[in-house]
Amino acid sequence: MILDVTFWAFAALAVFSGWRVFRADSMVRAAYWLLVSFAAVGVILVLLKAQFLGLILILMMGGEMTIMAVFMVAFMMNPAGLNPMTMVHRNRVAIVAGVVSFLAIAALGLFARFPTAPAPGGVDPTRRLGVELLGDSMLVFQTAGVALLATMIAAIAISSARGRFGDADEGSVEPVQLVVADAGDEPDEEGHR
Amino acid sequence: MTLQALIVVAAAIFGIGVYGALSQQSFVMIMMGLELMLNGTILAGGTMWAMTTGGSPKGQMLVVVLLTVMAVEAAMGFALVIGIYRVRRADITEKLRRLKG
Repeated sequence: MILDVTFWAFAALAVFSGWRVFRADSMVRAAYWLLVSFAAVGVILVLLKAQFLGLILILMMGGEMTIMAVFMVAFMMNPAGLNPMTMVHRNRVAIVAGVVSFLAIAALGLFARFPTAPAPGGVDPTRRLGVELLGDSMLVFQTAGVALLATMIAAIAISSARGRFGDADEGSVEPVQLVVADAGDEPDEEGHR
Repeated sequence: MTLQALIVVAAAIFGIGVYGALSQQSFVMIMMGLELMLNGTILAGGTMWAMTTGGSPKGQMLVVVLLTVMAVEAAMGFALVIGIYRVRRADITEKLRRLKG
């Protein structure tokens, strides 16, 4: 009974704060509404006895949404929310797409027949997950780590202030233009221009 | 707290995310829509683990992979926002009418 009430409270909070993300006047507030939504889903995961996943979701999103809020202040207009803000395009199409995807997935959940095999009590799921991570699913775990490393390198390469052919904010300048400029020179002894 | 109720809640979060990702003009708000979609997916994955797998840790592995996807999405999204802003001075989609740099 208490479990059900807690679940519905946090489910309502997750959906409500998710909706508020796109109705907030300030992008910083939007970032923190999104954090509330993630935290509510994290609590629901804890209620489902996936304690590790729920807590790591809250931890990860706490950091990520703080970075996102800093981003908002650095880049975006109206971070303080002093003016009303709606920045949308093709709003009706987007509403229809959102409602259709909600109805489709909800219908799948309501009418599809899933096997009923709840997690057994008495076994610590966190311990089993740890054994799985460093046992049978070691390859998945390692691949995720390598993917994150590749992401770090790619993120630095993309956002670096200096690109391959010069400053990044000047756009890419192909080096071939430099060759065309002195194309009339005599080739040297080795045939180079 | 039944499987059906959990999936409906996950679908609602996912649907709001679809709306946000399609309707918002600002790049960072589009990213928020994508994150909300992943939030619904994580809830659905955790639900499936808790209700249908008999506690097999492989179900939780799927959610771990989803968390990785979310981290990758956020990092690459932020990097692309910075990269586009540097070259094009654009922070909303309407300022990008062509792909050429």
